[in-house]
Amino acid sequence: MADDNKVIIPIGPQHPSLDEPASFTVTLSGERVDNVVIGIGYNHRGLEKACESRTYVQDLYIVERVCGICSHSHTSAFCMGVEQLAGVTVPDRAEYIRAIVAELERLHSHLLWLGVAGHEIGFDTLFMYTWRDREKVLDLLAAIGGNRINYSVNTFGGVRRDLDESIFAKITATLNELEKQINYYLELAQTELTLKARLSGIGCLSKEDALKFGATGPVLRAAGVAQDIRTAEPYGAYKNFEVNVITHTAADVFGRTAVRILEMLESIRIIRHCIKEMPEGAILAKVPRRIPEGEVIVRMEAPRGENIHYIRSNGTDKPDRIRVRAPSEANWHGMQHMLKGEYLADVPISIAAIDPCYSCTDRAITVNSDGTRKVTDWQSIRKYGIDWYKKRGLDMADIRLERGV
Amino acid sequence: MDLIRKASQWASGKSPWILHFNAGACNGCDIEVVDCVTPRYDLERFGVVKQGSPRHADVLICTGAVTLQTRDRLKQIYEQMPEPKRVIAVGTCACTGGVFDGCYCVTGGIDTVIPVDVYVPGCAVRPDEIISAVERALSLKTDGEGDKK
Ligand code: SF4
Repeated sequence: MADDNKVIIPIGPQHPSLDEPASFTVTLSGERVDNVVIGIGYNHRGLEKACESRTYVQDLYIVERVCGICSHSHTSAFCMGVEQLAGVTVPDRAEYIRAIVAELERLHSHLLWLGVAGHEIGFDTLFMYTWRDREKVLDLLAAIGGNRINYSVNTFGGVRRDLDESIFAKITATLNELEKQINYYLELAQTELTLKARLSGIGCLSKEDALKFGATGPVLRAAGVAQDIRTAEPYGAYKNFEVNVITHTAADVFGRTAVRILEMLESIRIIRHCIKEMPEGAILAKVPRRIPEGEVIVRMEAPRGENIHYIRSNGTDKPDRIRVRAPSEANWHGMQHMLKGEYLADVPISIAAIDPCYSCTDRAITVNSDGTRKVTDWQSIRKYGIDWYKKRGLDMADIRLERGV
Repeated sequence: MDLIRKASQWASGKSPWILHFNAGACNGCDIEVVDCVTPRYDLERFGVVKQGSPRHADVLICTGAVTLQTRDRLKQIYEQMPEPKRVIAVGTCACTGGVFDGCYCVTGGIDTVIPVDVYVPGCAVRPDEIISAVERALSLKTDGEGDKK
């Protein structure tokens, strides 16, 4: 227990609504956060080790299940690595299909995030709206890969399924609807003062700190660093066209929201471009079963940031070592710094703002300095935050939304 | 006693509260569970409410192969739930371990730790299947018939 005026709140490691478990031990000094200790690893399943005892093709399915939200990103990185080791060139058409699916994945992931962020600040209407829109993206992914999640579009040397005109038409129609909605969310974020007041100035991570802690993805770009692997080190179809890197100078939760919304519009532009420029030809190149000896590092831009895969091959049909550095892993490091000096009420949204693959609490125990214990949970903390702001005049229920498409 | 049981069964059939626990899933099934409460599927129109405390829950929805880190907590949560309780294993990896079977940090399906009433295979499970599983769990007699092994 900390010294006199400090209160320690352990949050975690189970969350009633979302994602993976993680625990946070928050030390408070008055209402301000003094220190946070983050405990992760509840979801450690030992995938990297499991990959070593299975063949590359089997590994593809394991790697896809590193994360169900960015499943395509992980298989893309893994496939690119294996293809590089095997010296195989992927047909252009397959690269473009991969890019389309990757951008659809970014759309669904960012919509998901926007909803979760809305939920954490007590703006559940936004949650319902964005998740309703997200269904449309999932429909497209299901039409492309046959499954709403873990669509297994990638395989070594290309993609499993070709896309035809009817799917392109479907995608275009959906994108038109989505664009309208996303523009509306953008307008909402820019003009709705309640939202702006609630999100501005919290969870700050300055440019220097973001670089120092190795933040990545929207967290880094919201701090004003124009870093995106799609332009910094183009891969696949991204070699053939420009991607506009979205940045923001706010370096807080509001900035991250703006970056993600604008990135969705950019994704829509990229998908349209890919459909227009879609090359003809094969979708699959032959890859040998045994992968030649060697090692490779692949970087690619997942919805949450830079995703790195390392593969070492020993010339057999099983990899010698696989290492996955998912983007959330990089973003955790800045978290402690980000939360220092924040109000307890801002903790939920600040944590949610890095879009971690996390899941938190069921029970949080408040230990007062006099030794009394109080059992609360993540929802109460979330509710505490919402009420805290309501008392100060920021009530998300005041925001009226249009019905939308 | 019998009367109380009957009454609680009748009541929970009308408006069951569900608790969701991620025991080591890939998130795929978890977002589908959350999807159930969003406008397209809207589980809440059946009176089903998703909430956070095991002490208030009638149905436990478990996703994922159980990892060593979450094993004890899963057991704890199950024990904290009041009778009659039902458990739904959502996803192939919750049913059998799925692709994670044999990983050094995974004990296997949910039923390696707590008894399961309804198994829903699929990777990822679709929200409509989750809804039908909830409905099936509620129609089970609480004396443990069902898919139980
Ligand atoms: S069943 Fe599949 S999608 Fe569901 S949690 Fe397990 S691995 Fe993920």
